[in-house]
Amino acid sequence: MKVQFENLEKGEEIGSRDISVTRADLVRYAGASGDFNPIHWNERFATEVGLPGVIAHGMFTMGAAVQLVTDWVGDPGAIMDYQTRFTKPVPVPDAQGAENPATGGNVISVSGTIGALDEEARTARVDLTVSAPDTEGKEQKVLGKAQALVQL
Amino acid sequence: MSETKGINPEIVGRVYPAREVFQVGREHIRDFARAVKAENALHFDVEAAQQAGYADLVAPPTFAIILAQKADAALIQDPGAGIDFSRVVHADQRFTHHRPIVAGDELSTEVHVDKLRAMGAGAMLTTREEIKDAAGQPVATCVSSLLVRGES
Repeated sequence: MKVQFENLEKGEEIGSRDISVTRADLVRYAGASGDFNPIHWNERFATEVGLPGVIAHGMFTMGAAVQLVTDWVGDPGAIMDYQTRFTKPVPVPDAQGAENPATGGNVISVSGTIGALDEEARTARVDLTVSAPDTEGKEQKVLGKAQALVQL
Repeated sequence: MSETKGINPEIVGRVYPAREVFQVGREHIRDFARAVKAENALHFDVEAAQQAGYADLVAPPTFAIILAQKADAALIQDPGAGIDFSRVVHADQRFTHHRPIVAGDELSTEVHVDKLRAMGAGAMLTTREEIKDAAGQPVATCVSSLLVRGES
């Protein structure tokens, strides 16, 4: 089912999803991106620099969140512009009990709505709401002004 | 220069030319796509990408961060810039795609230092990475703001 520009309305929801993130995911992202900052894998280092513990790469969250838009439009090449602010860290605690290192972690919630439509350019701006629980379990907005401009 | 955290204000306007050519491989794209939990076939299946009109596998929308951060090393390692990387926090990020990045691209990245301003006890540094292909045509523009934290 292809997205048709003519059928879109401002304010319309494009969907939502939950993205799990574990220490294993952060190691994988570090390797794929080349971002080996120890705050994303070393608890001792993260705590020493004043963080609550290991946190996700902001760019992991930004990169994973936009998949909602890619899957909605069906073509990653249609995303012409994508921006965000990193407002709060996503803590990624280790597994409790640690029988499996791929457990533990956190869950990032993503939802998207059509924020603007440009008829002349045939573009839609998708505004993403991205949140995750902090160390107290309180849901926090982790990205601000997360907007993807999609060519249709 | 306490108001900009010891960062040399003369770096504003400076351009760090591309130091190397980045050859985009299919496995780069597949690995990065898995790392951001992307599932779209155009990242993994060459035939699907070609049927959709692309020369080869299409990179996810935030793939250019690999090139941007690699190129930023020229600035961060410049002893004349005075940036203490251990105090750097990623504040915001934007990608503007002039065309999608595909496997087989040979890309070079130039770093522009656009802005430096005091932010409380710290400083906000804005850089722009211009990515071009082998023919010198623009592929992507990345704009990154880094917050260099003050003494805590």
